[in-house]
Amino acid sequence: MILVLVEIDDGALALVSQEALTFARGLGEPVEAVVLAAPGTDTSAAVADCAVQGVARVHLVDGPDLISYAAAAWASVVAGVLAETGASTLVASGSGRASEILAHVAARLDVPMAANALEASPVGESTEAVGGQARMPDQGSDTGTGLLVRRQVLGGAVVESTLLAAVPAILTVAGHAVEPVAAPVAGAASVVTVTPRIEPDDLRAQVASVTPRSGGDGASLTKAKVVVGAGRGAGGPDGFGGVDALAAKLGGVVGVSRVVTSLGWRPHHEQVGQTGSRINPDLYVPCGISGAIQHWAGCSSSKTIIAINTDAEAPMVTKAAYAIVGDMHEVIPAILAALDKRG
Amino acid sequence: MTDVLVCIKRVPEATGEVTLTPDGLGIDGSHAGYTVSPNEECAVELAVQVADGGRCTVLTLGPAGAVDQLRAALAVGMTDGIHIEGDSDAFSPADVAREVAAAVRARGEAGSAYDLVLLGNDAADTGDFQVGVRLAYALGYPVVTGIQTVSVEGSTAILTGEGPDGSETYRVALPAVVTVLEGGVEPRYPSVMGRMKAKKAPIETLAPTTVPVGSGRLALEVPPPPPNQVRILGEGAAAAPAFVATLAELGVLR
Ligand SMILES: Cc1cc2nc3c(=O)[nH]c(=O)nc-3n(C[C@H](O)[C@H](O)[C@H](O)COP(=O)(O)OP(=O)(O)OC[C@H]3O[C@@H](n4cnc5c(N)ncnc54)[C@H](O)[C@@H]3O)c2cc1C
Ligand SMILES: Nc1ncnc2c1ncn2[C@@H]1O[C@H](COP(=O)(O)O)[C@@H](O)[C@H]1O
Repeated sequence: MILVLVEIDDGALALVSQEALTFARGLGEPVEAVVLAAPGTDTSAAVADCAVQGVARVHLVDGPDLISYAAAAWASVVAGVLAETGASTLVASGSGRASEILAHVAARLDVPMAANALEASPVGESTEAVGGQARMPDQGSDTGTGLLVRRQVLGGAVVESTLLAAVPAILTVAGHAVEPVAAPVAGAASVVTVTPRIEPDDLRAQVASVTPRSGGDGASLTKAKVVVGAGRGAGGPDGFGGVDALAAKLGGVVGVSRVVTSLGWRPHHEQVGQTGSRINPDLYVPCGISGAIQHWAGCSSSKTIIAINTDAEAPMVTKAAYAIVGDMHEVIPAILAALDKRG
Repeated sequence: MTDVLVCIKRVPEATGEVTLTPDGLGIDGSHAGYTVSPNEECAVELAVQVADGGRCTVLTLGPAGAVDQLRAALAVGMTDGIHIEGDSDAFSPADVAREVAAAVRARGEAGSAYDLVLLGNDAADTGDFQVGVRLAYALGYPVVTGIQTVSVEGSTAILTGEGPDGSETYRVALPAVVTVLEGGVEPRYPSVMGRMKAKKAPIETLAPTTVPVGSGRLALEVPPPPPNQVRILGEGAAAAPAFVATLAELGVLR
């Protein structure tokens, strides 16, 4: 059995958790889920989404200690479910919360964990490799037994093959490694309630307070359908007028490169990339951004990219679907005028 | 005053093309050079602020050349360094955590324990997301990951980071382990004075306490770049109509 830790977003199952469930299903064993949600949260939509993903059983957690988030406490819950069900594998998305909890579980059980998996397949005992979308490198029979994982390292510039030989195998799934698809047959998604006994030590680091967002955050960036990007080519803190106007006109938001945030031109929560937000809009319009590997790590899932850059050889241009070669400070005003004319 | 330890990792720069070592098991940084993660640069900055003129130590487990990264941290205000010499590729996250824990314990046994240990949330190369958490379990300390600001009041650390519902605050008793995400502070640039100090700052060299188990890495590969299929819509302002037409085609305009 594969156990998947899933999260809720806007009342439903988070997209990244749906991806993790689809990934887990590809491993060829029955799938069960633990829902990471404070007791009292309405989980009915998420449970229904689990059924769509073919999940057999859903573990819902109750108990006063988990009302505010504590990673170690959640890890003790997950470790408890692992022990009780004898799951072979623990999977979650690569979200901050899920990565943190899985790292705790791995540390408690003293087993390895592989972050940012692209695909996985069991090797050893069964000769048949069933995988996420398995295209595994040719491995000799001396690889051993376990779960063979291909995962992103160096911000996705390199793919590592690694063997998780211990049980349970623990891994997080890279964003967009798989498309979430409904299971051919819906799962029963029968609900089991877990009322854990949490040790005081596991509540030493617990969220004390939450200040709701006041607009400025990376969440709007990760959900935006249109992102207009700006990099060093903006020229300075005053160089964003056109970019802001174009984003507004297209109903999108602005995303920037690290050069822009480290020069203090724009706040960090607007940064796209390995150490910023990972975006997946329908349209990304990077202006004056070279397209370094670490930036690409955050924008490669965009459906269509139209780059605006003075350099026709910039990686962002050669990787884009469309490009305009030119100075963004000339091109963007012309685009705005053309859009205005269109009405 | 808070006594802080920061762990940093020497990693290959990967701004241009990535090359692998001849055995295909490592990333060759000898041409592009080496750096540390921006997350760790922020951890160093937070350490210097929290130590407030007091002692703050920077540690790395890495090859001989990793002294460069230690000196860079010493140049911006860290006061002393620890270099555990070893090939970091041969160490799993659990191996690294064990070695760091040994160094932390040794300092405690010598009578001046660290109050706070800072690491990056995830290393720039392996991105394992776990050394900090494993270190906390090895030491029996509480741990918070993905933190952007740190302050200390008495023996409590006040930590903030971004959660799913907004900015979260933790109040954690020291000693504690905290992993840092870029974005809460601006790393400072080294001054000339800082660089001079760094040259003379003490760096203690240690050998690993045990043979590492290793990471289970079987192979690395550089995926081929996506084929260049770019359609140039035009040059300069003259391309604006083609841009608008493309948006209409894509269904972005209605
Ligand atoms: C571990 C690590 C993590 C990192 N994480 C991130 C990250 O999360 N996000 C990120 O973005 N970077 C990240 N970086 C930095 C990254 O390597 C690049 O340095 C950065 O993305 C470059 O930003 P840029 O494209 O704005 O600037 P540059 O690389 O300087 O490119 C500027 C581009 O603008 C073009 N240009 C100049 N003037 C104009 C003009 N007037 N009109 C149009 N085009 C113009 C130029 O041709 C060039 O292509 C990271 C680096 C490391 C080592
Ligand atoms: N070899 C190392 N030496 C010192 N610190 C390390 C080393 N490897 C990892 N770290 C620290 O642990 C953090 C998380 O690394 P990882 O879990 O490998 O993604 C890094 O950002 C560093 O702060």
